[in-house]
Amino acid sequence: MTWGNRELPPTGPVVAAPPFAPPGGTAEMALVVDHLSKHFDDRVAFDDVSFEVGYGEVFGFLGPNGAGKTTTVRTLGTLLSPTSGSATVAGIPLSAENGQAIRKLISIMPESPGLYKRLTVTENLACFAGLYGLTDSKNRIHDALRSVNLTARASDLCGSLSKGLRQRVALARSLLNDPKILFLDEPTSGLDPVATRDVHELISSLRERGVTIFLTTHRLEEAERLCHRVAILNTTIQLVGRPDELRQQLFTRSLQVRLRTGLSDPGQVFSGLSGVEAWAQQTSNSYLLTVSDPDVAAPVVIRALVDSGADVLSIAESYHSLEEVYFELVEEDVEAKRR
Amino acid sequence: MSFNWRRTSAIFRKELMDYRRNRFVILTMLFFPVIFVTLPTIQILLINASTSNAKLTAHIGLSLLYMLMIPAMVPSVLAAYTVVGEHEQGTLEPILTTPISREEFLVGKALAVLVPTLGIAYVVFGVFLGISAIFAKPGVASAIFSGPHLLVQLLFTPLLAGWSIWAGIAISARSLDVRAAQQLGVLASLPPLGIVALMSFNVIVPTLGLALGLAAGLLFVDVLGWRAVAAIFDRERLITGKQI
Repeated sequence: MTWGNRELPPTGPVVAAPPFAPPGGTAEMALVVDHLSKHFDDRVAFDDVSFEVGYGEVFGFLGPNGAGKTTTVRTLGTLLSPTSGSATVAGIPLSAENGQAIRKLISIMPESPGLYKRLTVTENLACFAGLYGLTDSKNRIHDALRSVNLTARASDLCGSLSKGLRQRVALARSLLNDPKILFLDEPTSGLDPVATRDVHELISSLRERGVTIFLTTHRLEEAERLCHRVAILNTTIQLVGRPDELRQQLFTRSLQVRLRTGLSDPGQVFSGLSGVEAWAQQTSNSYLLTVSDPDVAAPVVIRALVDSGADVLSIAESYHSLEEVYFELVEEDVEAKRR
Repeated sequence: MSFNWRRTSAIFRKELMDYRRNRFVILTMLFFPVIFVTLPTIQILLINASTSNAKLTAHIGLSLLYMLMIPAMVPSVLAAYTVVGEHEQGTLEPILTTPISREEFLVGKALAVLVPTLGIAYVVFGVFLGISAIFAKPGVASAIFSGPHLLVQLLFTPLLAGWSIWAGIAISARSLDVRAAQQLGVLASLPPLGIVALMSFNVIVPTLGLALGLAAGLLFVDVLGWRAVAAIFDRERLITGKQI
């Protein structure tokens, strides 16, 4: 039994949706990446990567370990120079000469918080306020700490904070310069569920404030919950789009039917029904029907089942999580590389 | 973009705050000065009034050389920690993602080592002079207070520190291990002490012209060192941790 009939694109990346358009939006893009590649000698970190991110968008960058997510962030953050291709970051062409100008407008929160443990939370933030050349640093530090609910811990040494709180300090540090684009590299990596939830809530509140966020993660539920669009990367971009679009694109739509007892001749009931393209038996009393439009097919299927004397317990459209989309793509890619 | 002192000062202040709470740094800053003030002080106090001129010159030369080991060795250990230490504690990447330029970063780091080093070196030298003035034999004290000796100390303290700092930072920017960087840093700080030693022992008679000439040479080397360190400070290599 397979879950739906997979229809993978033959080759190359698929852009399922245009970049996010903010309400009352602008055609200007926060990030425009065009055939960007980064190689370390003969090792390919990422290759031929293209995508666009709109202002106010939360863009998820998904991929397994070693897929090139962090290297992409570092390249767009001017820490590494690309091997080929081009990009525009916050309206500025990506180049070594423009590095300082770009770094003024963006913020990167690396996977490890990278705080000075012998300094207090405020001292850490004061150092970075100075590095960004902020004039009203006291107010900015106060605002940043309030954004992450850490005002009460401002005088604590960072070394005395839990991992989750350190991550919050790092997030506050990233907000100091009011960045046009905020890069979050695996912000919940290594955090326990409570700390993870806290970080998710903070990102959600930033999303509501219209902050442009480029979020790398391998937590699929995180991307699904927080991102307007996602890109799936495995050295090359596999797919870009809204999570629901990716599901529709990769999986055919289907209805899951559960009965009190199994049908004696399911073929007779399901074959030829309008809108039902295929069917398969999942367990003794449940069936999966491939349909063109669930809203049209569901009433027809229910009528046919009732006419055949079946007791219908439930009928629902099958839901494919982003996780399934991810595994379809990444495993297919691994298989292709093996071949 | 132009050099921004606000960013340099942010690094400088951060370093000083960090030093204040770092036991290793405090011990390093205390250990060398205590050793290098105790040994020459004992030596000076043990000199008899009847000691020959040649012997007196040798004793004073050795004592003053100890003094100059403070600006040579104290900063080398700290400077060697500056970049690789940041890398090791995971703080380098967040710093490099800010608009700070490599020159601003390096000057901030260097000043944070230089200022306490000069403070310690001059205070220790002052203490040594004070003890010598009060407790040493009059002939010994007047020999120590001679113009050339004072000139060598005052002039070469910042210049030796400058050499050690740039050598240490250069090693730190190319190392992946703190301890190895510090050991190499100490070794790299020693060569200029050779010339100073020759002057302290009066092998080279430190005339004003010669001292100023050598000081200018060392100053030129220090500036060259800064430019060289800025040139080898490669963000990409530092971030990826790639070996040379």
